[in-house]
Amino acid sequence: MDLISEDKISAMTSLEKLRFVLDGVKAGNIVILEGGLTSEEQMKLIELTMSEVNDDFPGIEIGGYPTRKGFLNLKRKTRLTVIGPANMMRTIRKDRDLISAIVSAI
Amino acid sequence: MEEGRRLRRRRKGLLSRLIRSLFFRKATARIGIYGPPNAGKTTLANRIVHTFVDEHEDIGIVSQVPHETRRTMMREGILIDLKAKLQLNPYPTENPHPPSNPYPKAREARAKLKIDIVDTPGLATKIDFHDFLAYGLDEAEAKKRAKEATEGVIEAIKWLDDVDGVLLLMDATEDPYTQTNIVIIGNLEARGIPVLIAANKIDLTDAAPQRIIDAFPQHTVIPISALKGEHMEELYEEMARKFR
Ligand SMILES: Nc1nc2c(ncn2[C@@H]2O[C@H](COP(=O)(O)OP(=O)(O)O)[C@@H](O)[C@H]2O)c(=O)[nH]1
Ligand SMILES: [Mg+2]
Repeated sequence: MDLISEDKISAMTSLEKLRFVLDGVKAGNIVILEGGLTSEEQMKLIELTMSEVNDDFPGIEIGGYPTRKGFLNLKRKTRLTVIGPANMMRTIRKDRDLISAIVSAI
Repeated sequence: MEEGRRLRRRRKGLLSRLIRSLFFRKATARIGIYGPPNAGKTTLANRIVHTFVDEHEDIGIVSQVPHETRRTMMREGILIDLKAKLQLNPYPTENPHPPSNPYPKAREARAKLKIDIVDTPGLATKIDFHDFLAYGLDEAEAKKRAKEATEGVIEAIKWLDDVDGVLLLMDATEDPYTQTNIVIIGNLEARGIPVLIAANKIDLTDAAPQRIIDAFPQHTVIPISALKGEHMEELYEEMARKFR
């Protein structure tokens, strides 16, 4: 699991950020971005992911934290974005509590 | 700098969109149907064409196999005229049960809107060829379908630049609170593209459209069954309000 600080991310351009995330995920890591990605960046990430899906890499899972059911302010940047390899999706689900714990610690 | 330029371009896009919508109301609204695979997008697109154009014309193939639609298909110049339709046939649904809220009578029905309908493959963050093997495809076919499906998703994203409004379809038996739903709504809001959410498959007993209403309280959600034709008039009325 890679926890990436906001400082490290803010020095990168959008494209560098997405490249960095996708490379991490393709290497089998769950990447957690402090500060998160905007919806536009997430859409670009989906597009980039789709162009790189192959027999060994089925794609990604994305989660935004904190998310509370029934309450959502989409305009606000997510505080944390978690991206993982799709074939490790269960791991992300299982680690939901752990990730929530990290979120509240930040 | 690159960022700044992109931002300015987006602002300009928003502004010109606003000006266009205020002064040059387009005669035809181009409506993209988005939503996860198997939400019923093609079923809905076909129903709209069957109802208002020709009951024998299909936009695309409906299938329980995900990613049946791998190319975006457009049908142009569909006149949604509920009044004319209801005068021809006062009971336009196939629903044998009495509807919970009565359908608008012909003289009350005002929905009139000219649209181009764009049936997209929708969005996905993962496409695993193994998933297609379960539907009886052999490995080569499954890999080919997966490849085409990824291209379809990219095409669907690009089409967002060319639509005036979005019908976002969700399967009411599934959890609506997915990151792809959140991402597309966030993008539409940022671009100022009007969106109408349809909670589909309410004919199924485990459908829970209220979950979708609760998840996206800032948006209009219309529960429908694209397959059985339930509550379609309400959808058309709301489309006319939102996309005109
Ligand atoms: N029960 C039920 N099934 C539906 C409804 N709409 C679509 N379906 C079914 O869902 C599956 C996927 O439909 P399709 O239109 O191909 O979904 P798409 O991938 O979003 O285009 C098919 O088996 C359809 O028959 C509905 O309103 N009710
Ligand atoms: Mg389809």
